Amino acid sequence: MRNTFAQTFYEAAREDPRLCVVVADISPAGAMDKLRTEFPERFINTGVAEQIMIGMCAGMALRGLKPFAYTIATFALFRPFEFVRDDLCYQNLPVTVVGIGGGVTYSTLGATHHAQEDVAIACAVPNLRVIAPCDPAETRAATRWCIAQEQGPVYLRLGKAGEPDLSSGAADPFEFGKLRFLKRGADLCILGYGPALKVALQIAERAQPRGVSASVVSVHTLKPLDEAGIAAVLTSHRRVVVLEEMAPRGGLGDAVKRIAWDSQSRCRIECFSLQDEFIHCYGKHEELLAAHGFSPAAILRKLDM
Amino acid sequence: MAKTWQAPLAAFDAAAARARCLGYRRRILDISQRVGALHAAPAFSCMEMADVIYHGLMRRGNPTEFHDLFLMSKGHGCMTQYVILEELGILASAELERYCTAEGILGAHPDRGNPGIEASTGSLGHGLGIAVGMAYAERLKRSDRQVYVMLSDGELQEGSSWEAAMMAGNLRLDNLNLFLDLNDFSGLERMSETHTAFYPVREKFEAFGWEALAVNGHDAQAVHAAAAARRGQRPFALIGKTVKGRGVAFMENVPIWHYRSPNKEEYAIAIRDLAEVSS
Ligand SMILES: Cc1ncc(C[n+]2csc(CCOP(=O)(O)OP(=O)(O)O)c2C)c(N)n1
Repeated sequence: MRNTFAQTFYEAAREDPRLCVVVADISPAGAMDKLRTEFPERFINTGVAEQIMIGMCAGMALRGLKPFAYTIATFALFRPFEFVRDDLCYQNLPVTVVGIGGGVTYSTLGATHHAQEDVAIACAVPNLRVIAPCDPAETRAATRWCIAQEQGPVYLRLGKAGEPDLSSGAADPFEFGKLRFLKRGADLCILGYGPALKVALQIAERAQPRGVSASVVSVHTLKPLDEAGIAAVLTSHRRVVVLEEMAPRGGLGDAVKRIAWDSQSRCRIECFSLQDEFIHCYGKHEELLAAHGFSPAAILRKLDM
Repeated sequence: MAKTWQAPLAAFDAAAARARCLGYRRRILDISQRVGALHAAPAFSCMEMADVIYHGLMRRGNPTEFHDLFLMSKGHGCMTQYVILEELGILASAELERYCTAEGILGAHPDRGNPGIEASTGSLGHGLGIAVGMAYAERLKRSDRQVYVMLSDGELQEGSSWEAAMMAGNLRLDNLNLFLDLNDFSGLERMSETHTAFYPVREKFEAFGWEALAVNGHDAQAVHAAAAARRGQRPFALIGKTVKGRGVAFMENVPIWHYRSPNKEEYAIAIRDLAEVSS
């Protein structure tokens, strides 16, 4: 996803001289390095200094440039949080904050590198739009949207590297602010975002031979959330499962339950997320997810599949 | 009854330090072969200074109980701390074997609760603030404990580090000892080329009311002598001029070794060429 973002951004930056990237001592993966060589003035490295990364983006946006801030998710959002809130969101500036390694992707690096509450925090701030694409292709579409928009700030939550393609067979194209059906079914609907949607497709596969037809939806835009779309899903399906590699509070699961209550839905809803806990485990990504009870096996077991 | 603490050795055995550091580097290279990444170059960079702190400065009652406190603020340098704690018998070797596995307790950054680890670090620019708080607490408690903290130069790009430095100066924390691993590299670039206003460093600390001194950070003898000769009454910064990746020629000053582990061939070369480092 990181490389797809870089490639997409690089291609656009060749056309649009206002596009700049401000990083805080993060290595320029893939095409980001080309950008740095070809347009050194538009690749700014503040050093290990995330507050000035955001502050500079604000100033550059105020003077007509289109800056993207780019670093590891915890250092993109948590470290300079008040700068994101006051400088970018309060003043509603068109700056995209790109967080690499959303969730617990950096599994061996410990909680200092785990963006496990980022979506909840980002969604709480007025004006901040939140997008979490599920795979490289969706990253490309989301990045293009961020590049084209001039309205205000965005938090773009990406994975790292090697995410599988999940969306090439999608029923819908990427449309900002709208649910995207990767697969359409009738009985069960799995809602989720980010690379965790891989599990959703596995669930759908398991469901089929049991005569359960499943929809899989990429809720790539967490804010503004497609509430009407979710209400429709709750009407058209008997059972809804929410998957998110994020804290259990303040994310998609809570939002779906709220929408269900408000729309007096009788749909059965089951939510899976990370635990409300710092888990001191330093294994592989899958192992850390398992420690959170968020492994494919654990989810399938709880769903009786 | 007041406990008596063994004071650090007045005369520091530099030859023994060099031998220890050679062993630490070999041990880290060995562990690197079991994981994809382990920040070898950042560990090699601060090795002699960390060894001096543990073996020449911090006072202990018995081999596994320190009276003084140490924080690895540059958390990604923790392999250095782990191998020293192993050699001191504080961390079990079995835990180093399980480094960065789901079965073990050690990750790529220090985690409080693990043996010998005073604070969880890994996000840069936190350690100095915590150290200021610890030093102040020790002062309030009328304790004679010293606080040692290891920072990287990249960490000094964080504003938070300078907030802490200023506060330490305000409080005249004479029990605070900062060791700066000044290897001139952050993760990405050589700062003297790309972030020139970072320099001078010593003068910045002095302007904030610190006693500051620059020495060769790989010369254990010089590091020890400088720290032992501190005048007191103010926070103390020892600026160790270092080389990122020191000890393995092909890693020295080459940014990829910030994070990458050597492959089999590279490992063999590194082990073959390892020698004692004295400057
Ligand atoms: C707040 C924060 N931002 C970014 C990072 C990612 N990161 C890890 S090490 C590093 C830079 C390393 O350079 P330096 O601090 O000089 O340490 P060295 O390895 O050279 O000793 C960065 C940017 C981090 N750990 N914390």
